[in-house]
Amino acid sequence: MDDKKAVVKVCAGTGSVSAGGGEVLRAFENLSRSSGIKTGFNNRCMTQKVGCRGFCSRDVLVDVILKGEKTTYEGIKPDMVPRIFEEHIIHGRPIREWMAGDEHKRFHSGQTKVVLSHCGEIDPEELDAYAAAGGYGSARKAYTLMNPEEIIEEIKRSNLRGRGGAGFPAGHKWEFARKTRSDKKYVVCNGNESDPGAFADRCIMEGDPHSIIEGMMICARAIGADKGYIYVRDSYALAVQRLRRALKQCYEQGLLGKNIFGSGQDLDIRLYPAPGAFISGEATALLKVIEGKRAMPVPRMHRTAEKGLWNRPTIVNNAETLANVPGIMSRGAEWFAGLGTETSGGTKVFSMTGKVNNTGLVEIPLGTTLREVIYDIGGGISNGRNFKAVQLGGPTGGCIPESFLDHQIDYESLALAGTIMGSGGMVVFDQHTCMVDTSKFFLEITQAESCGKCTPCRIGIRRMYEILDRITKGKGRLWDIELLEELGAHIRTTSLCGFGMTAPNPVLSTIRHFRDEYAVHIKDKKCPAMVCKDLLSFSCIPENCTGCGMCKMVCPADAVRGIRKKPHKIDQQLCIKCGSCFDACKFGAIHIQ
Amino acid sequence: MVNLNIDGEQISVDKNSTILDAANKLGITIPTLCHNPELTTFGGCRLCLVEVDGNPRPVASCATFVQDGMQVRSSTPYLERLRSTNIELLLSDHPNDCMLCERAGNCKLQELAYYYGIRENRFEGTRRIYNTQDNNPFVSREMEKCVMCGQCVRICEEIQGARAIDFSYKGLWTKVTPPFERDLDCEFCGQCVGVCPTGALTGKMWSNKGRQKFREVDTVCSYCGCGCNLTLAVKKNKIVRVYSRKNTINEGMLCAKGRFAYEFVHSPERLSRPLIRVNPKSNWVLEDSDQPYGSGKPRQRLAGFQDFKEVSWDEALEYIAFKIREIKENSGPDAIGGLSSARCTNEENYLFQKLIRAVIGTNNVDHCARY
Ligand SMILES: Cc1cc2nc3c(=O)[nH]c(=O)nc-3n(C[C@H](O)[C@H](O)[C@H](O)COP(=O)(O)O)c2cc1C
Ligand code: SF4
Ligand code: SF4
Ligand code: SF4
Ligand code: SF4
Ligand code: SF4
Ligand code: SF4
Ligand code: FES
Ligand code: FES
Repeated sequence: MDDKKAVVKVCAGTGSVSAGGGEVLRAFENLSRSSGIKTGFNNRCMTQKVGCRGFCSRDVLVDVILKGEKTTYEGIKPDMVPRIFEEHIIHGRPIREWMAGDEHKRFHSGQTKVVLSHCGEIDPEELDAYAAAGGYGSARKAYTLMNPEEIIEEIKRSNLRGRGGAGFPAGHKWEFARKTRSDKKYVVCNGNESDPGAFADRCIMEGDPHSIIEGMMICARAIGADKGYIYVRDSYALAVQRLRRALKQCYEQGLLGKNIFGSGQDLDIRLYPAPGAFISGEATALLKVIEGKRAMPVPRMHRTAEKGLWNRPTIVNNAETLANVPGIMSRGAEWFAGLGTETSGGTKVFSMTGKVNNTGLVEIPLGTTLREVIYDIGGGISNGRNFKAVQLGGPTGGCIPESFLDHQIDYESLALAGTIMGSGGMVVFDQHTCMVDTSKFFLEITQAESCGKCTPCRIGIRRMYEILDRITKGKGRLWDIELLEELGAHIRTTSLCGFGMTAPNPVLSTIRHFRDEYAVHIKDKKCPAMVCKDLLSFSCIPENCTGCGMCKMVCPADAVRGIRKKPHKIDQQLCIKCGSCFDACKFGAIHIQ
Repeated sequence: MVNLNIDGEQISVDKNSTILDAANKLGITIPTLCHNPELTTFGGCRLCLVEVDGNPRPVASCATFVQDGMQVRSSTPYLERLRSTNIELLLSDHPNDCMLCERAGNCKLQELAYYYGIRENRFEGTRRIYNTQDNNPFVSREMEKCVMCGQCVRICEEIQGARAIDFSYKGLWTKVTPPFERDLDCEFCGQCVGVCPTGALTGKMWSNKGRQKFREVDTVCSYCGCGCNLTLAVKKNKIVRVYSRKNTINEGMLCAKGRFAYEFVHSPERLSRPLIRVNPKSNWVLEDSDQPYGSGKPRQRLAGFQDFKEVSWDEALEYIAFKIREIKENSGPDAIGGLSSARCTNEENYLFQKLIRAVIGTNNVDHCARY
């Protein structure tokens, strides 16, 4: 970077766009244009939009790089731009009070950015920016210098495992497709991102779309495919737009189409935006959608790598898996394998949400412990509360208690703890969380998202949800815990696809680790975390009550009785347990039980 | 060929067989609801689970290929427990309306519930409640009774090529529907009715006409040259429904005519003996007779039975032969033309054109689907 130049990088992921990133960028552009006329400064200041850095809660994030020194501002609004421009860019005096603080440093310093290395650094809408960062060098190498077997060997040695959830070794999968003879083969990028709490794939598709295309090109070379599809949920509007633009640029530059890099091999990649149901992320259901049918998984009588889309060998890889491929090819399999554990190489992106101080996307080498992620990167539990559990792997994952915090994050250890890697959802719960209510929340999602094909999943998950619902309403029966365990195990063993096999996880894992909490709900009809409304009762402590009448005023159900300056009373029949009186009382006179 | 062992019995089958195929070959019954050998594998009911040595989970036998040396157990207490839980789940979302149901006594779900002795249900909860109104003339659709075996959807798409129905919605509310849940408006082949294992799909025409003690009459459909085999369910000498057996040339499949268009059999207007006209045709009064295709309005006076005389086949054939000879002698063979029908077989049509060409001596011969 020429150190005379000032570079302004404005976040342009979905998080930033909704926080007003577009306006901030425009403000910088307008200012540099108008001041350029005055000072001739324009050719010195370059504004750029960059992909999401994973810390959207602090958006809009702006980097100003002046004389090679990078300053990051957080929470920037368009009206703050003139001051930054004036003081920092023109006069070289960074504005301390707006600079990103320790949390920002802490959040990023604990991470190892591999797939996300371009996100937040380069302009995702320009092929040139990707190429300048070394992009398409790996694809060129794969098409001109390597034969397919060598590519597969390299991927196998890197220990890259599928990031879509199951963790199947990518190199082996490619080898199956390579070895199957067929007139046509396909490579499909799974960008459905089923888990409602995860946004890693979205971030990559928005922030570095070319890395996915390059990964697909290398895969196509390795297995001999000449057709590819990028399946992306159409609610990811920005990802769709950026991928479309990236594909267009590739065709214009001859990176896709006929005779790639003079190798004689053709590759045509189509974008396939489709409604993103949970189940359309399952590989066989996804292929059915591309074939024009309903998203319903089919029994895996053959491997999809051998008989997939229209019965042809098809590689379905997750977006993050594919985005890892160019890096492996350029920096070498050993480097990648060295990042992770013995069984799984590289890094994994987690979408950390819930009760931690720093929520956002974190990329960590496999083998990192949960404690490091939650306390070092996440900055610990918010509001100074205590950790209770962490849910990994989305609505079909399991909850892990404190005793597992020092376990490594990799496919095997997570399975032992009763959860899954999934697509990297991570929700942290504090002591004020009710585990029964939490499982019910997840099952409410899954019972509605089952594709309806098989009996245990379609009806069984609904029944589990109903049992949980009655427990949280104080109507639980004594044998409900055992019934949940039996039904959960039944659904897990008899379901057709990975959805049903994992959907009971939230319940089974919370019963395993927090059985007492279930028992208290059922036997004592109490919710220890004070979450399940129907098990609470609100009453007024006469000693504390000054008779101010605030509770009476806010109560939507007219349940508070009393005259001014005399202790009030709550009519239990009328109370709808909204909690308003508790919030309104300044004297701590409302008691929740 | 692949050798495997099921319940201690050795068998050798083609490598493209499933475990279920192999078990059937051995005469071992494994309960199924969604399997249909004519259709693609579905794997939805999860009743056909079997244990395979070396596999941590039971596998669906309808969707697992055989492998050399496989050791399979088709029935263990664990498997039966899994099966019975799945049936219990199905019944927890079922109207249990056997008393009035058209399929009682011939329903796979009822049979399974009986076999597994499921009376109490641990999973009672929300049940699908649907308005069953569907104004189509043939197929009664009570989707509350559907067990989501997908056979109707598959036969409609894969065999009939009509794609008139598919799954909609998700979760417990998944439902087989025509597009946009309109009334069914399709070929009405009734193939879906034929494969439905429960009372979800039945024929409207046969509702409340009896469920047991039919006399079954095997016959051949008279509607077209395919010659599908039909079985008529007869009660008090009246056809109350029509179906076809699996082991027939048409493999149990029928079209709309063969399956539903049987009411003509009992029509008082149906001819069952030859008739010879006694009153000349000029007595017919047709409205708008100057228009080539008529106005579509009914004739004022139809030819009635008083215009005809009932005769024996011999008389009728003799009369026809006499008339044809007369025309041929007076006006030459080309004054005669023969029209045959797609309802006849190929052989019959061949003979017919031979008769017209070689015996009568004219090439004026045709057929609704053309020679
Ligand atoms: C219910 C369900 C949902 C899934 N959703 C996704 C998804 O959103 N994205 C994804 O990449 N894989 C998803 N998968 C995993 C895919 O089936 C498949 O294993 C994966 O795309 C393969 O790619 P990989 O080997 O790179 O992980 C899902 C699986 C199941 C059972
Ligand atoms: S397990 Fe659930 S999502 Fe998967 S096929 Fe069965 S019903 Fe569909
Ligand atoms: S909890 Fe809500 S409804 Fe109940 S007394 Fe307080 S304000 Fe009224
Ligand atoms: S479909 Fe079968 S089980 Fe259901 S009501 Fe009818 S006969 Fe009974
Ligand atoms: S009657 Fe025939 S065409 Fe109509 S839905 Fe059933 S199978 Fe399809
Ligand atoms: S209507 Fe009948 S055939 Fe169709 S899915 Fe339901 S049970 Fe199966
Ligand atoms: S009319 Fe239909 S049922 Fe009858 S023979 Fe022809 S195809 Fe078969
Ligand atoms: S969009 Fe700015 S950090 Fe995510
Ligand atoms: S018959 Fe095998 S799953 Fe239904």
